[in-house]
Amino acid sequence: MVTLTHYLVLGAILFSLSVFGIFMNRKNLIVMLMAIELMLLAVNMNFIAFSQFLGDTAGQIFVFFILTVAAAESAIGLAILVVLFRNLRSIAVEDLGTMKG
Amino acid sequence: MIPTSLNAWVATPEIFLLCSACIVLLFDLFVSDARKQVTYLLTLLVLALTAVLTIQSLQQGLALSASGVSAARFAFNHMYVADPVADFAKLGMLLGVALVLIYGRSYAIDRGIFKGELFTLTLFSLLGMMVMASATNFLTLYVGLELLSLAIYALVALPRGNVRASEAAMKYFVLGALASGMLLYGLSMLYGATGSLDVYEVSARIAQAQFNPMLLTFGMVFVVTGIGFKLGAVPFHMWVPDVYEGSPTLLAQLIGSAPKLAAFVFVLRLLGEAMGQFGPLWGEMLKYIAILSLVIGNLAAIAQTNIKRMLAYSTISHMGFLLLGVMTHSEIGYAAAFFYAMTYVITAAASFGLIMLLSRNGFECENIADFKGLNKRSPWFAGMMLMVMFSMAGIPAFVGFFAKLSVLRALVDSGLTWLAVVAIVFSLIGAFYYLRVVKVMYFDEPEGELLAPAGELDAKLLLSLNCLLLLVLGVFPNQLLTSLSHAVNLTMAGSAGMMLQ
Repeated sequence: MVTLTHYLVLGAILFSLSVFGIFMNRKNLIVMLMAIELMLLAVNMNFIAFSQFLGDTAGQIFVFFILTVAAAESAIGLAILVVLFRNLRSIAVEDLGTMKG
Repeated sequence: MIPTSLNAWVATPEIFLLCSACIVLLFDLFVSDARKQVTYLLTLLVLALTAVLTIQSLQQGLALSASGVSAARFAFNHMYVADPVADFAKLGMLLGVALVLIYGRSYAIDRGIFKGELFTLTLFSLLGMMVMASATNFLTLYVGLELLSLAIYALVALPRGNVRASEAAMKYFVLGALASGMLLYGLSMLYGATGSLDVYEVSARIAQAQFNPMLLTFGMVFVVTGIGFKLGAVPFHMWVPDVYEGSPTLLAQLIGSAPKLAAFVFVLRLLGEAMGQFGPLWGEMLKYIAILSLVIGNLAAIAQTNIKRMLAYSTISHMGFLLLGVMTHSEIGYAAAFFYAMTYVITAAASFGLIMLLSRNGFECENIADFKGLNKRSPWFAGMMLMVMFSMAGIPAFVGFFAKLSVLRALVDSGLTWLAVVAIVFSLIGAFYYLRVVKVMYFDEPEGELLAPAGELDAKLLLSLNCLLLLVLGVFPNQLLTSLSHAVNLTMAGSAGMMLQ
């Protein structure tokens, strides 16, 4: 029997993976964008699980909005990445260091 | 329990803004690059008309409350509310955005970003802020927040050939998306704990003890973290200095002014209204965030030589002050924070406006040293900068003093005198770097050729009025302070009334 807790633990694991992906990743910005997507999917997992176990559809409707916003967000993220690559000729995280202080 | 009806007329200002933003987008296609002034004027007209509609909504709300009815008018099945807090905040945002466009016009022309995208994206980010101010459902709050953030990420990357701007956009994007993720994770926990997405419904279920305490506490921690990221409070502040330094100054002004007001209303709805019962718990978290922001913001600002970076750290410390007002979870504290956010919008607008006035094609005025001997070049604008710096430092007779005073009063009223003392000590430390700018302007010899302030006459005139307003509001703060606290009282009374039903 799969209970609410199982879903929440899965959500928490996905969420922690994505936070690690953002903070530990020192190589590639695309991996960072993927981590951001994973984070939103972890949230979706939570919303759907709660919605199912509470018997309330509002949570599933929220998921549709998150999915839509995530699509717009990755479009903008990739657009910024392209602009950055044209200027910097690199998408390595460690090259993002022209400003310090 | 929740009234369901469409009532779309309540959202007239936003509907009008949405339609006109689309019209501006289409209209701009038929305007040649040399005549973008037409789009600019159209955008200002849209802002003015939206302000008129918002003022009407505000008057309606105040008239309703005077006749003994609740001032809050709900729309879209209780997802949306027009109440005096939202309307006042919207007026502040409209003013803040209009000032960005007016002050930044010649700056944007010089840097080749005076394009249709600038106007439409600015209008959409404003729409996002206005939706945030009026949202009473987690869904509307989230959608408003994302509309604001996505438009601003794209705006920061607008100067396409500029390495620093695209780097700032990337950092802002990654950390902004992380913040949204944290916030959403928290919201999903709150939804799981209470079974509702409606701000008032959540608050009612908490009052009736129909919730899961562990999930709710988890959710609250993530929500506070997300809010900390969005406000740029320590320890979630790493993006603020880089974004301020890297983005074009007019977008730094956009990021640093109006969205703070939206963030305040967001905090008020999410923490003050939905989780008002847990005030002591999130108040404790906000307390440490606020103290850290005051300490790190003020100390790091001293070490800066770049004025935009200095203003970024100063924003961090101002957000600390704002959170000190919120953390008292009392109506007087919320009112003080609201007043702080409102006056911070015009102070920040003036400071960035002055920086843009001194920049010109090929020369970015961004180091404090660029202000050397400003008094010799232009005594008038040196005087204006002096007023802005004094107001930010919180020197009496300027509005910044009253903003800080009202927060301190709220702290003392809540029995947190020691916190008020800490806030005063760090304001004193902060006064050092504001006064250093004044010293550089008045007592240092200018280097190189003497450049007079650039900029159009209308921008200069409005900038002077803006700076003088800091003084006028500092001498007569009561009108604004009482209207804002009346609005906060109405909103909090409304949400208490909703709970009793």
